[in-house]
Amino acid sequence: MATKTTNQKAWLFVIPVVLLVAFNAVIPLMTVVNYSVQETFGDNVFFWEGVKWFEQVLQSERFHAALGRQLVFTSIILLVEIPLGIAVALTMPRKGPWVSVCLVLMALPLLIPWNVVGSMWNIFALPETGLLGKGLNVLGFDYNFTRQPLAAWFTTILMDVWHWTSLVVLLAYAGLCSIPDAFYQAAKIDGAGRWAIFRFIQLPKMKRVLTIAILLRFMDSFMIYTEPFVLTGGGPGNTTTFLSIDLVKVALGQFDLGPAAAMSLIYFLIVLLVCWVFYTLMMKDEVE
Amino acid sequence: MSLLWMAWTWPTAAFFIGIFLALVSMGVWEYYRPGGAPRRGILTLDTTRGDRLFISLLGSAFIFLGWLGLFGTPLWGALVISLVYGYSVFRWV
Repeated sequence: MATKTTNQKAWLFVIPVVLLVAFNAVIPLMTVVNYSVQETFGDNVFFWEGVKWFEQVLQSERFHAALGRQLVFTSIILLVEIPLGIAVALTMPRKGPWVSVCLVLMALPLLIPWNVVGSMWNIFALPETGLLGKGLNVLGFDYNFTRQPLAAWFTTILMDVWHWTSLVVLLAYAGLCSIPDAFYQAAKIDGAGRWAIFRFIQLPKMKRVLTIAILLRFMDSFMIYTEPFVLTGGGPGNTTTFLSIDLVKVALGQFDLGPAAAMSLIYFLIVLLVCWVFYTLMMKDEVE
Repeated sequence: MSLLWMAWTWPTAAFFIGIFLALVSMGVWEYYRPGGAPRRGILTLDTTRGDRLFISLLGSAFIFLGWLGLFGTPLWGALVISLVYGYSVFRWV
């Protein structure tokens, strides 16, 4: 019988990562937990407040509204970007010189820094001078994203779709490329139509990459800050103030460190829960 | 090196020490009574003991937040629900 060699020394190689994570994640997280139960007026002087901030945040209309806006935004983003990304990936060539052209074109929006994307779309959508804003107004639409909540939402969503759909496309495309030709040949012999091929061959084969795509897009859109901040600044009014923008307003605008810490912990727990659910679902499929 | 900026309090320190001790005791438990290999529970998930600890801690956090949001302080009710929840997770999940 062959004996399995186990060498626990391999764990020593994990130490650098543990140290890194300790310094950039665990220690700041501990500090946030400490802040969340205290009040401070600066100068490192703190007063014990217990769970008061958590209670205040959880019962505040403002937090509910920001969380609601965040969930609506993330749902719309996922509902638009995932099907659109799959559709674009399906139309992309699998062979030939156009493959690289398409891939580079798709990767371009991903390379642009977030604040640049925000400024670009701000200039692009300005109702007086921007190509999109001016164009829509010339066509007869009353469009002004700096004044109309609906227009602000439309622009923010359009911007995010423009910026991030390519990520879904690239992932879905990678999934499609991994399907061997034999599958398509078999489908052809069976007389499967376009829809049947998509439903029973391509979609199941893309399942894993799509789970990753949904997880990444959920996380990124749930934590979105820079782009809407540069584009709309959370306005008009509070209509595009998502959780992260509200959090920064509380933490840095009002310098309410206690409530901000409580809010970020709640935010963190929601993200942690969703990640765990996605991760578990992903691993479950793999095991089965 | 001063730790003043971290604004430690005894209750939060006790919280983190508690989590640390839970992790250590999981290790001790596994050492003396191995059995942490994945098993399938009522959620049809394959969970190890560590997974179940994570599920109980995360779930308890939400139970406490929910209680605070709905009823406010005191939190004894949330504590009781969390203990029952944690026990159920370790027993059946």
